[in-house]
Amino acid sequence: MSLAKRIIPCLDVDNGRVVKGVQFVDIRDAGDPVEIARRYDQEGADEITFLDITATHDNRDTIVHVVEQVASEVFIPLTVGGGIRVLDDIRRMLNAGADKVGINSAAVFRPEFVQEAADKFGSQCIVVAIDAKKVSQDGEENRWEIFTHGGRKPTGINAVEWAVKMKAFGAGEILLTSMDRDGTKSGFDLALTRAISEAVNIPVIASGGVGNLDHLADGIIEGKADAVLAASIFHFGEYTIEQAKRHMQSRGIEVRL
Amino acid sequence: MSSVAVIDYGMGNLHSIAKALQHANPGITVHISADADIIENADRVVFPGVGAMRDCMHALHELNLIDVIKQTARDKPFLGICLGMQALLTDSEENGGIACINLFPGHVRRFADSIKDAQDQPLKIPHMGWNRVKQKPHPLWQDIPQDSRFYFVHSYFVTPDSEQASVATSDYPQPFTCAIAKDNVFAVQFHPEKSQTVGLQLLQNFLRWDGAA
Repeated sequence: MSLAKRIIPCLDVDNGRVVKGVQFVDIRDAGDPVEIARRYDQEGADEITFLDITATHDNRDTIVHVVEQVASEVFIPLTVGGGIRVLDDIRRMLNAGADKVGINSAAVFRPEFVQEAADKFGSQCIVVAIDAKKVSQDGEENRWEIFTHGGRKPTGINAVEWAVKMKAFGAGEILLTSMDRDGTKSGFDLALTRAISEAVNIPVIASGGVGNLDHLADGIIEGKADAVLAASIFHFGEYTIEQAKRHMQSRGIEVRL
Repeated sequence: MSSVAVIDYGMGNLHSIAKALQHANPGITVHISADADIIENADRVVFPGVGAMRDCMHALHELNLIDVIKQTARDKPFLGICLGMQALLTDSEENGGIACINLFPGHVRRFADSIKDAQDQPLKIPHMGWNRVKQKPHPLWQDIPQDSRFYFVHSYFVTPDSEQASVATSDYPQPFTCAIAKDNVFAVQFHPEKSQTVGLQLLQNFLRWDGAA
């Protein structure tokens, strides 16, 4: 095998500025997505994901400008998620230089949107983002459901079945976030990651809960993920992407160094 | 001033390619165009593409671009990327079988759903991510280390009839041809515009290539 497992740093962008704090000692403007993207590119990030959390529709153009600027100087795949609701949103992101878009709640509201998007732009650029939470009790067979609104609103949809359906509708990749683990730094939900990764034959990106480098390796080895996504462990300079890759390599994972 | 035309037939990330070409050589003029005159008058031609082969061939016919592709592939440095590489073969088994441009006799096939890695784990399709590229001698590999990783995203791969046409392979898990060349034409399955330093180097090499193999 020589396909490398991927490490993807994720930046939350609000009104064109990176939020949730990025603290690099050698970065002048910690809120500038272009400067941060450039830094991650130099460290060896395999892709970069931007999550647009801008609340108001009027300010959505700011993410387009961010992508345009980053795409002019960072030549690795770029994914943009957040607020992707209609085909025209996708067109604008791709024209700005994004390679993939993440579709989340719009897919839950109307799954056919994924089909239309894949037909129009190709599966290779359609990432379906799944926010899942465990709903089974201890001792029961594992069961996870899709939640929307940042994990607050249950939908009753079984997460594994949903992943299979999204693949059938043309998703090229799944970005899987455990809402139970997100922000906890206690590691990925490995059972969830593995269940989804074994249920679909498209790549799965594990997300939510990374607190140390072993968590990343666990996501690949035990979770069977094809890529791992993390935000805070890289933002605060705790670890560089290169350190993360070297650690994964030391655990027998093939990475791009 | 030297110019390069990026063929625009509505399939793919033309802007990424244009930006990468411009970055690889700020001195060149990049035209994104579906106009046969502009393409014919450029010094070099890039034929990109992502998506499905049926839509690709349909768009090329609709826009009357087949002739200018054949023409420029005869007499200018010409770079095919991803679907723009596959379209140069005789036919593809995608979408139930599609006739292609046939500059390189051979077929485009899909990775089998049953492929597994050395640990017997099923391999995902599309083949997505950074994989090693084993080069065979060609001027466009200049200054790119052997076995460098490039970024791939595809479910189909080319099988040219002529072994000489293959100028690089990658493993997934079996070796497959990921670059082909003949005279002034060079084409790759991976995305140089998304392959960081080595990708930009390949584009830079293309932008100063005179088309001699």
